Amino acid sequence: MGEKIATRNAYGMALAELAKNDSKVVCFDADLAGATMSKYFLDAHPDRFFDMGIAESNMQGVAAGMAACGYKPFTNTFAMFAAGRSWEQVRNSICYPGLNVKVVGSHGGISVGEDGATHQCIEDFAIMRAIPGMMVLCPCDANEMRHAVEALINYEGPAYMRLGRLAVETVTDAIPGYSFELGKGTMLRDGKDVSIIANGMMVQMALQAADMLAEEGISARIIDMHTIKPLDGEIVMKAAEETGAIVVTEEHNILGGLGAAVAEFCGENCPVPVVRHGVNDEFGRSGKAPLALKAFGLSPEVIVEKAKKALTMKK
Amino acid sequence: MMSDKKTLALNAAKARLLAVQMVYEAASGHPGGSLSCLDVLTALYYGEMNIDPADPKNPDRDRFVMSKGHCSPAVYPTLALRGFFPTEDLKMFRRIDGHMSGHVEMKHIPGVDMSTGSLGQGISTAVGMALAGKLAKKDYRVYSILGDGEIAEGQVWEAFLAANKYKLDNLCAIVDVNGLQIDGATKDVMPTEPLDDKFRAFGAHVITIDGHDFDAIFAAFAEARATKGQPTVILAKTVKGKGVSYMENNAGWHGKAPNDEQFAVAKAELEAVIAALEG
Repeated sequence: MGEKIATRNAYGMALAELAKNDSKVVCFDADLAGATMSKYFLDAHPDRFFDMGIAESNMQGVAAGMAACGYKPFTNTFAMFAAGRSWEQVRNSICYPGLNVKVVGSHGGISVGEDGATHQCIEDFAIMRAIPGMMVLCPCDANEMRHAVEALINYEGPAYMRLGRLAVETVTDAIPGYSFELGKGTMLRDGKDVSIIANGMMVQMALQAADMLAEEGISARIIDMHTIKPLDGEIVMKAAEETGAIVVTEEHNILGGLGAAVAEFCGENCPVPVVRHGVNDEFGRSGKAPLALKAFGLSPEVIVEKAKKALTMKK
Repeated sequence: MMSDKKTLALNAAKARLLAVQMVYEAASGHPGGSLSCLDVLTALYYGEMNIDPADPKNPDRDRFVMSKGHCSPAVYPTLALRGFFPTEDLKMFRRIDGHMSGHVEMKHIPGVDMSTGSLGQGISTAVGMALAGKLAKKDYRVYSILGDGEIAEGQVWEAFLAANKYKLDNLCAIVDVNGLQIDGATKDVMPTEPLDDKFRAFGAHVITIDGHDFDAIFAAFAEARATKGQPTVILAKTVKGKGVSYMENNAGWHGKAPNDEQFAVAKAELEAVIAALEG
């Protein structure tokens, strides 16, 4: 508990470690191995690591070809280029034939910081989720990431996973009974007044928000939704029925991501107020990551506001 | 399996007839570029490639990727005639109740090694298959046909950068140089010459041939196999619409189906070729 490590580091180490027992795992990068942390894999398994240069589209296609020959490729680049630049290669060369490629996008969201809008990908959940059959993940901490990497190695089919740049506190290892399953959310804290559904580093902020709400006598349930697609409808339904109001928080445009997925599900199955919290349909800006997050309202304080808004709408 | 030239020509003519027929019956599809590459494709499936229609997923087989995936009317008849599935299946082409997608598709069609259709993407997957062969220390080869219009896609050149880096001498790409694309002549739409110098600059061994001459095609394949340490690109000069008089060298037949009268003419022409070869 409390270890601070970026999910990209946890990912890189886990992939390198787990690949020791699975010779079919191969790893690609597009000249960002030192940033995406695929360098851990490069150091451990240089014969199975392929640097494709600054050519993400080709990288996804080459990975598709290797998957068609029985390998388990993990492709690495920034989220902007994995989901953005090479979206159509991911769709047509990987997802349409259903090939077993794991597309990993590091440096997702506003917390990229100084590099600014061109690198702050806030659309990846939306555009990856829109591809038929594509699994979409965004684990919140190092512990969860290790579980996710293991699960993805053993999952046959295409998946997209976003990693974060910033070091974040490890929280899931302190949760009694925590377990990881693809496509299943995890309740990190129970509550009865409102549910806050989060992924990525917004999970840690949601837990802080829950503490702040508790001080005001509001009991918030925190759900860690590491898998955005397929969405765990069961845990959302239960949250809707038992708490009657939902906030969804993510480091993503409020359009199309986890918030949209939860709102879509609730609208059709269990209508309750769903308040989306994220980036309000605008591009990011350069700045120190913590300040950039704050500038876009990605903070526990704003989650508290959203929770109160959801409560006022609750019947 | 190595067929004599007459048999090859016969198989190619039969495939051409099936190609035109399936486009006619579907009232949709891409005859021009399918007809142009059919001699190369026939040479691959009836001589060059190590494949077995009874064991289409054999991990040691040679692979083929039709990077210009709209040329399904070349691929599907070739696979059918070679015994991967019955020719009756071709009636399912482009039909909502069928399984034969408009662009080449691997999940439902035996013998197809990769789904393609979005231009520029197939060659990257072929590079991946070749890389997998190197990593697994297998000696299978990977073949891929690209269109000369297709190579305007930047991804094609990304793929050849990688093929060069990894010295993929198990990769043989064939560019079907028919000189025409949807909007007209390739030299007008987007000039790509000199093709040989371009591919050479990207590290490939380049061979230029007449893509309708079986001797030249097999000689090029043999040269490709003998080439070590670099991929081979065969520039196959071809005639778009080859084998159907009114389709030849006419960009208008890139993606258009013949009407009843036009089909009757095409059928008669190709049946005459088949009869002459059989006789």
